[in-house]
Amino acid sequence: MAASRVRIQEADFDAGAELAALQGTRTDIGALASFVGCVRGHTPEDDISALTLEHYPGMTERAIESMIVEAEARFGVQAALVIHRVGRLQPGERIVLVAVAASHRRAAFQGCEFLMDYLKTHAPFWKKESTPQGERWVDARVADDEALRRWGLASANAPGGVPASANASGEVPTPDAAADAP
Amino acid sequence: MKLTLKYFASLRESLGAGGPLEWSPEAAPTAAALRAWLRTQSPAHAQALAPGRAVRVAVDQALADESMTLRDGAEVAFFPPVTGG
Repeated sequence: MAASRVRIQEADFDAGAELAALQGTRTDIGALASFVGCVRGHTPEDDISALTLEHYPGMTERAIESMIVEAEARFGVQAALVIHRVGRLQPGERIVLVAVAASHRRAAFQGCEFLMDYLKTHAPFWKKESTPQGERWVDARVADDEALRRWGLASANAPGGVPASANASGEVPTPDAAADAP
Repeated sequence: MKLTLKYFASLRESLGAGGPLEWSPEAAPTAAALRAWLRTQSPAHAQALAPGRAVRVAVDQALADESMTLRDGAEVAFFPPVTGG
């Protein structure tokens, strides 16, 4: 089971079918919670014609697997599934599914939100937007680090979020302009 | 020491995907020391791995602090902050 509960794939997924499979024939599952992330066609600045997702094969699966183990320990999550798509996606397409099964709703809701917050800041995926001005890599958001911190976990993914401690290289929180040039 | 170097996203576009690397560190073989040495390899490396740039590091496929000491044979990846989900 451990090998199949984290899937990185180009293909779309059927959230309903995956939820049914997650529950299976078990009768100890009282709650199924899921989150589906989709490609937005607009940012405040631009129209987005496509989103291209890159990942670090091997590390991605290991990182998400360890997040699921943590969710099981923290919330009593009974089963979980994460599907994350990679490659080129169009606006409206599904990107990610997090599905969580537990005895009661609180564990299911919390486990699902925890996994998404963790994934946003610790799973090695990168998004590139195609806009009328060209392509650009998406910037990490400090708000995502703050979301994980609500669970008592430190996160210093986005630049400018946490000073000093995570910056052994002497990094300063300046805009990463050169990296975002088309 | 022998390492496997990997770059992703904007760093991959600037520096390529990486590959096997033979590195002879002059001091403690930390990820920070490796990043500093890589900066000396080309103008593109100097820019992409500049001290002010937001670069994250993973050692053996786990996020790591740059102060981590590298072992011989380690896989070391440099990449920008992650943006999945």
